[in-house]
Amino acid sequence: MDVMPKWAEVILVPLISLILAAIISALVILAIGEDPIAAVKLMVSGALGSTYGWGYTLYYATNFMFTGLAVAVAFHARLFNIGGEGQAALGGLGVALACLYIPWPHWSLALLGAIVMAGIFGAIWAAIPAYLQAKRGSHIVITTIMFNFIAASLLNYILVNVLRPRGSMDPATARFPEGTHLPTLHDVLAPFGISFSKAAPANITLLVAVLACVLVWVLIWRTRLGYELRAYGHSESAAKYAGISPFKITMVTMIISGGLAGLMAINNVMGEAERLVLNAVEGAGFIGIAVALMGRSHPFGVFIAAILFGFLYQGGAELALWTTIPRELIVVIQALVILFTGALDNMVRMPLERMFLAARRARTPKPERKPVEPAE
Amino acid sequence: MPATTVAPAIELKGISKAFGPVQANKDISIRVMPGTIHGIIGENGAGKSTLMSILYGFYKADAGEIFISGTKTDIPDSQAAITAGIGMVFQHFKLVENFTVLENIILGAEDGWSLTTSLGKARKELVALEQEYGLNVNPDAVIEDLGVGMQQRVEILKALYRQADILILDEPTGVLTPAEADQLFRILGRLREEGKTIILITHKLREIMEITDTVSVMRRGQMTATVKTAETTPEQLAELMVGRKVLLRVDKAPAAPGDVVLDIQNLHVTDEPGVERLKGINLQVRAGEIVGIAGVAGNGQSELLELLGGYARGTGTVLMNGDPIDLSGKHSDGQSRRARGIAHVPEDRQREGLIMDFHAWENTAFGYHHDPAYKSGPLMDNAAIRADTEAKMQRFDVRPPDPKLAAKNFSGGNQQKIVLAREIERNPDLLLVGQPTRGVDIGAIEFIHQQIVALRDQGKAILLVSVELEEIFSLSDRIAVMFDGHIMGERMPEQTDEKELGMLMAGMEVPQ
Repeated sequence: MDVMPKWAEVILVPLISLILAAIISALVILAIGEDPIAAVKLMVSGALGSTYGWGYTLYYATNFMFTGLAVAVAFHARLFNIGGEGQAALGGLGVALACLYIPWPHWSLALLGAIVMAGIFGAIWAAIPAYLQAKRGSHIVITTIMFNFIAASLLNYILVNVLRPRGSMDPATARFPEGTHLPTLHDVLAPFGISFSKAAPANITLLVAVLACVLVWVLIWRTRLGYELRAYGHSESAAKYAGISPFKITMVTMIISGGLAGLMAINNVMGEAERLVLNAVEGAGFIGIAVALMGRSHPFGVFIAAILFGFLYQGGAELALWTTIPRELIVVIQALVILFTGALDNMVRMPLERMFLAARRARTPKPERKPVEPAE
Repeated sequence: MPATTVAPAIELKGISKAFGPVQANKDISIRVMPGTIHGIIGENGAGKSTLMSILYGFYKADAGEIFISGTKTDIPDSQAAITAGIGMVFQHFKLVENFTVLENIILGAEDGWSLTTSLGKARKELVALEQEYGLNVNPDAVIEDLGVGMQQRVEILKALYRQADILILDEPTGVLTPAEADQLFRILGRLREEGKTIILITHKLREIMEITDTVSVMRRGQMTATVKTAETTPEQLAELMVGRKVLLRVDKAPAAPGDVVLDIQNLHVTDEPGVERLKGINLQVRAGEIVGIAGVAGNGQSELLELLGGYARGTGTVLMNGDPIDLSGKHSDGQSRRARGIAHVPEDRQREGLIMDFHAWENTAFGYHHDPAYKSGPLMDNAAIRADTEAKMQRFDVRPPDPKLAAKNFSGGNQQKIVLAREIERNPDLLLVGQPTRGVDIGAIEFIHQQIVALRDQGKAILLVSVELEEIFSLSDRIAVMFDGHIMGERMPEQTDEKELGMLMAGMEVPQ
């Protein structure tokens, strides 16, 4: 029997966790002699106060949606994919190859091509650790972390020695040709008469990310593969009984997960930088873990959590720019949010559950009349 | 304390305990007189274990008082219970496998800084205890080398070493052969003679009748009756447990065996660490008969079911309706087995048969999720599965009949009915059933047995594995006994008895 109504589970628990994280953050800001209220105002106005701010918030959120979905899908099969960082980096390589070496007639075709390449490159990078776990028993947490480093080194090598244009000092590819430039939110919204900042990096990839959320939801809760994946995640012994192959599920899940992480490159490499640079992922792969944790591995939760983290990223950047609050404090605030929404979840949940139980008892003064099965 | 005082060894007054909305114990009062064996019987989920956990300090009661030998005693933790002279022998032993008997016994009760002195002291006490109560255990034997019966004695010795006057045994015979159970009862009798008080928790009526002086019956968290064992009957106790009249034996017509459905020839199975679990099994199951496999748990029955169910690999020949099935290749998985008409109610429904966090309707499709009836285009037809689940729940009397409830929220019996409904309604040629009524209440046992017999009467082959001899006798048309990966022999139920099967189960050759 569920102790709490669903709305409390889905909204109340994360909300209270967030408020607690905010209170502690405020105390820290006070302690270093700054005004927390002013800081919050600055964050909100910087991240949400203008279409420019929104443009950045949504740009970051798009990144986090992809990496968050990647972690969430794997987590339903109880696989902990820590390798989003490396998979997204490899996705960037796929996007760069697609954009540089194929003459696309129109951005929409380029987008499709880049989606395929980013997905395949990210998927391959996740498939190797998956195979090592399924066949050789190497733990996927360890191997995906190691593959982050391998990806970084590999990209470093390729950018410096292979893709760097002759004469350039910068370890980056050449700029992508005009035909691959994706429309920004400014371009997308203009026909509807909505004016949106031209300078902000948010682009049409946001729609791809939202579509990915919907497709992941369908995959997990409406397809046989999703069913098998969840069954395997809940109980490997039961999955074996049902004839679900652990090898197949591990491989397919990680390929989907890696592909999703790879898709992030559409946003940052193709949509924003329009060339592949070193360290293009900038930690979004790791933020994806926090996003999936806070979103309870549900695509809708991931969507919301990604926007929240986009806000924290953009608001934090504004803080660092306009106040003497050091950049490190932003990391502290982000860490507090992760801590409270992820790790300290039970701290909020337990008292809430007790309150709901007490309320229910008060409503039904004689619970023994209810035909409940006593637990042993 | 002298045994002549009239104060009860244990008296519980008005104990209540709730877990969330579930009232596990409600206003329970009980008096256990010193020097007696007091049985507590009840269905799974009746609250027996909760009550004993309160007595042993694992849970704190919401209300009520505990008196030990007439003195009101608070038991906040198990240390306090031990100090009060209460010892507990759990269903699953809590022993360190690679320690010796002696080391296990002093574990947690070491005194002084040097282990040598406490070991020496313990050895002396242990020898004295063993002589006093007739427990033959070698103090230097390593636990993992001992059989379950011996391990249980170590648990009893552990409690006695901590000066327990009151011993609580939780389902002690679940893992024992009939002979080992008899030995245990002799030890318990001896302990009673020496003035110890024993509380025996069980759901087996036979044990209650055999050994206890007094018996208390629990139902739905309440104590429904306490009676002198000599003045009651198994039928009366069953009725008190369930709240209605219960058929203790299944009514079934004689079997009419037809063609051989399952033919197992020289089957070997070696498990992951490389231990040979099945050492050349030969067995046939015909249409329209129930073949029961008796044996103490861990003698290869599980591996046999797993192999036939498609998730253990083996060598040998298994014919299903005359055609061989793949034992180690590409088609040795659960999906292929189901396609061949083999349905499987696994031994452990919580680990294998069900996904406990899935809704009942999701569990109804489990293993059959590729069925076209559950399909709608590329997606699963969840509405169809839910409707199917609702119908199955009606036919199998699953309570509550709510497809959207998670499997873990059903009682053991209702969980089993969900599995049974799923497997039986596939209309299989062969049904594998492992421990069909383990952890299932008496009322549901009757229903489950009837369903299995009904399937047999439709001319299906049924292979039953159970560690409950009573169940084997009441369901089987033919009995095969397994020991150490071999079939020790086959018997017809009407031509054998528990004693003969017990000897076969212990690995002794018995000429027919």
